Amino acid sequence: MKGENGPLVHELFGRGDYGLISEIVEPGSCVLDLGCGEGELLAWLAEHKGVDARGVEISPAKLQKAIAKGVSAYQGDIESCLADYPDKAFDYVLLSQTLQEIRYPLQVMKDILRVSRRAIVAFPNFGHYSVRLAHLFNGRAPKTKLFPYDWYDSPNIHFLTVDDFEILAARQNWQVERRYFLSGTREVKSFPNLMAEVAVFVVSNR
Amino acid sequence: MVATTHSKQFESIELESGVVLSPVNVAYETYGTLNADKSNAILVTHAFSGDAHAAGVDAEGHKGWWDNQIGPGKGFDTDKYFVICSNVLGGCKGSTGPSCINPATGERYAMTFPVITIGDMVTLQKMLIDSFGITRLLSVAGGSMGGMQVLEWAVRFPEAVASAIPIASTARHSAQQIAFNEVARQAIMADPDWADGNYYDKKPPGRGLSVARMVGHITYMSDESMRQKFGRRQREENGIFEVESYLRYRGSQFVDRFDANSYLYITKAMDMFDLANGAQSLVPVLAKSRTRYLIISFTSDWLYPSYQSLEIVSALRRRNQDVAYIELTSNYGHDAFLVEVDEQTELIRGFLSRTMKEVAKR
Repeated sequence: MKGENGPLVHELFGRGDYGLISEIVEPGSCVLDLGCGEGELLAWLAEHKGVDARGVEISPAKLQKAIAKGVSAYQGDIESCLADYPDKAFDYVLLSQTLQEIRYPLQVMKDILRVSRRAIVAFPNFGHYSVRLAHLFNGRAPKTKLFPYDWYDSPNIHFLTVDDFEILAARQNWQVERRYFLSGTREVKSFPNLMAEVAVFVVSNR
Repeated sequence: MVATTHSKQFESIELESGVVLSPVNVAYETYGTLNADKSNAILVTHAFSGDAHAAGVDAEGHKGWWDNQIGPGKGFDTDKYFVICSNVLGGCKGSTGPSCINPATGERYAMTFPVITIGDMVTLQKMLIDSFGITRLLSVAGGSMGGMQVLEWAVRFPEAVASAIPIASTARHSAQQIAFNEVARQAIMADPDWADGNYYDKKPPGRGLSVARMVGHITYMSDESMRQKFGRRQREENGIFEVESYLRYRGSQFVDRFDANSYLYITKAMDMFDLANGAQSLVPVLAKSRTRYLIISFTSDWLYPSYQSLEIVSALRRRNQDVAYIELTSNYGHDAFLVEVDEQTELIRGFLSRTMKEVAKR
């Protein structure tokens, strides 16, 4: 984790990709966080980076906490909320650890790239060796630190890997501007499809 | 917190209809202290039957209508903010309305009072704010008809409003909302005591006004809240249903505190209000505003249903304007905006505190 804010942000939020996102986003930019939860990241970005921060959250209880933090968030679901926005309304749209939970991820990615200059997409890597080993040795739907749910009550409905995302990006002719691979808070330098727990892609339309 | 209602008189006001009303009085209360650069002022706008007494306790011991939200440490924290509330134009609680004497004739205005609009109410509020030397309000906030004034402020005086909090409100009445108001108006006018509005110094149209208020109260509650509050219980002494008894009590109580002609004028102003001025889309008109929004609606509010708030939210998103929106869960129907305290306090406090920071940056 590089940058002076990285470790701090990680400590605050306990999620490696948050730290990275706060490094990527330039001060003063306009950011939409899809699935903003209680608005921790947006509140932090607004406070420390002067970001014009917007959020969408489906859970009323979390949304309430986000608004109480002063974040401009509203109730909505990710798959329908983007239609209202004009093209390139945002500098960045964040989709953190949510891609694997959405019914139509490709359509959402297209919508995101329409309303933003860049998408920052973070997702848990199903290709991580712990997932492969769990499946290989148990012969059951993998249940790991990364995917801690039983198959019947998991929010995850897609199981994508780093390579899967790369292939999709190439097919869709998206430009992957930056890619980061994390294991905990450490950056993974080699064999990301095997070694990364979380992948963060910065993507734009060509 | 003891509250005193003050009054200010202006030479005249030009109404949207072109009519000039002269002079014009505005009754208002203030809470908290205006800071040196006058950047901490919040205007609170009242709902249909409200008045300037929003917070604290008045001389008769009555609590203000939003006392649970305005005061030290509350949502509108008077330790930090200077809160102003005034009675609307056309009202009957100290601001000029149909029950006032027309200086030109020496008689009460009654039905000769000019037609007033939500915009005219806002004009008078702007005159009051200007008289304090306040150029930009930190926020304008209000529920129901108060929310309409909030929206009108945001588009009419974009530079004078840093943030807007319309609660349980709408950019325009639906046919259903107009219909309920029309039933209420007809109830008043069908009362022979109304006498074409010339009932002052005589018997007021108590029966009509009381029925009008009963209709109102039904629309402010929800099926669930009525079931919980009254069920099918009957009063032992006379066998009438609790809900009947409640509505009659509320109706008769209202007669003592509200003017029937004001009822007619203000409900008409609400019905005529259309932020988009007849246009289908709210996008162009809202694009004029330079305001952060916090919009709140309630699940059981069928009088001002959430879709009306969402229409505003959606229009703001079209231009990527700054809006927070939440539909709070409540069983209290439209009354929820006055009753559901804790969630709203948390939301309003956070929103205002953020707005204060943004204003300081500007």
